[in-house]
Amino acid sequence: MGSETFQLSRREMLMSSATTAAVSSFASETAEAAPPVKAVPTYKVAMTVNGASQTLTLDPRTTLLDALREHLHLTGTKKGCDHGQCGACTVIVNGERINACLSLAVQHQGDAVTTIEGLGTPERLHPMQAAFVKHDGYQCGYCTPGQICSAVSVLEEIKRGIPSHAQADLMAAPKPTGAEMRERMSGNICRCGAYSNIVDAMADVAGARA
Amino acid sequence: MKSFTYERATTPADAAGIVASNPGARFLGGGTNLLDLMKLEIETPTHLVDVQDLKLDRIEPTEAGGLRIGAFVTNTALASDERVRRDYGVLSRAIVAGASGQLRNKATTAGNLLQRTRCPYFYDTNQPCNKRKPGSGCAAIGGYSRQLAVIGSSDACIATYPGDMAVAMRVLDATVETVRADGKTRSIPIGSFHTLPGDTPERDNALDHGELITAVTLPRPVGGTHVYRKVRDRASYAFALVSVAAIVQRDGSGRAAFGGVAHRPWRVEAAEAAMPRGAVEMSNAVFADARPTDDNAFKIPLATRTLAAVLAEVKP
Ligand SMILES: Cc1cc2nc3c(=O)[nH]c(=O)nc-3n(C[C@H](O)[C@H](O)[C@H](O)COP(=O)(O)OP(=O)(O)OC[C@H]3O[C@@H](n4cnc5c(N)ncnc54)[C@H](O)[C@@H]3O)c2cc1C
Ligand code: SF4
Repeated sequence: MGSETFQLSRREMLMSSATTAAVSSFASETAEAAPPVKAVPTYKVAMTVNGASQTLTLDPRTTLLDALREHLHLTGTKKGCDHGQCGACTVIVNGERINACLSLAVQHQGDAVTTIEGLGTPERLHPMQAAFVKHDGYQCGYCTPGQICSAVSVLEEIKRGIPSHAQADLMAAPKPTGAEMRERMSGNICRCGAYSNIVDAMADVAGARA
Repeated sequence: MKSFTYERATTPADAAGIVASNPGARFLGGGTNLLDLMKLEIETPTHLVDVQDLKLDRIEPTEAGGLRIGAFVTNTALASDERVRRDYGVLSRAIVAGASGQLRNKATTAGNLLQRTRCPYFYDTNQPCNKRKPGSGCAAIGGYSRQLAVIGSSDACIATYPGDMAVAMRVLDATVETVRADGKTRSIPIGSFHTLPGDTPERDNALDHGELITAVTLPRPVGGTHVYRKVRDRASYAFALVSVAAIVQRDGSGRAAFGGVAHRPWRVEAAEAAMPRGAVEMSNAVFADARPTDDNAFKIPLATRTLAAVLAEVKP
């Protein structure tokens, strides 16, 4: 009976990452009464990342950010605060930018995700990447992938007529002015303070497109 | 984060049934508040029921001439809707004054309504907090209370409701539509949706466990000039110290609700008769029962001045 309980916890221990809890129940004198350690549940998630289909089997606690970085090894997307406060994890999902840290990977079954790696390559930079280089839109570079994913989305949002706090008239079409871009980029923090060069880079791309 | 299981419900009643039958289960909207709190183990659900497949993502006209906003409509989609921008401008304005573009793309209408307080002691699991752990005490009372409530608070909790969207919904007389496990629906006026802390600060609102929000309805447009003015420590991406949502008619009459001052959006309808006579008179009536702390007493004159700025802005 005791050994049966042990067998059970041992088997589950192998499936579980909660090894400390499993070991303590094994060490306990009253192994029979100890609750069996539950295996961590996993779920299959299929999504398209930078144009390629990916299927992952994940603990549901895995955020989209950790799925990208730790499972798909796309480490361009950065982990800053991990609480939606800094914007370093910004990626584009189904055409809209979000904080990958405040989203579970399992919420993204069937979604199309674009990360900084999918925007451009060192050989063929996205116009926004080229503009960040030209205008020195960064110093240490840690927030840059998130800044660029956001900047690309901001120009798209302005084109689509998404309103912002900077807009005087809600019924007028927003324009890519400095005030608009600064307000819309406020979810991306840059500790080095490259903000004015980021706005220059965005204005360059917006001007080139207009 | 504590381990949990995950599923996607397919109908609203199904979602309500799953959560109602499991005390550890919670609905998952965008996740931008719940996941944040789960990472900090302030919330520790054992099962998440994702509501994204319930087809609650539409904004439709109602027979009464208003709008029905599905619970899963994102903050961005709601603020961008042409009918909302035109007829309910205060709502668009309040939404875009909150959070960031990234968060608004993910945040849902129901999740936004249900976002929890930003009281710093609620977030610090080393501190007593009656809202997080009923009966443990309140570290904010006698602590640092600059951000906290000036009115409607209790001896158990002085937290504020932090959101912007709901302040606009309060001034618009919105109604929260829900469904329970047995399929029964309820329509809760926004004014009685968020509760005061009283002796049960662990409760934020009138919902029962497992009661799903399906929509928020807006009555037919009331016209007037719509303003949402938010005062905060930095110009963007910060919660309100004080905010005012107002709809003012050409004759100077109107309505106003205040954010950042209480456990729910604060509106005193009886005080609105004083609006044509100016901000001071109206604000005196709104905050007549205020009980501020030394740290946050500044919010009352700030609210008066914010209202004065709003009234000056809308003067023809
Ligand atoms: C850095 C940061 C800054 C922010 N700044 C602001 C700001 O300035 N102003 C502001 O207003 N907000 C702000 N927010 C809060 C943001 O608006 C909320 O996180 C968001 O609106 C929550 O929506 P959600 O869909 O992601 O909710 P979730 O996190 O999914 O859910 C929140 C709660 O609602 C419940 N729930 C979800 N859907 C339903 C449903 N249909 N029926 C019943 N219950 C449901 C969940 O169980 C949970 O308890 C900020 C957030 C962050 C992280
Ligand atoms: S004010 Fe409310 S939320 Fe803050 S510590 Fe006290 S009980 Fe908790």
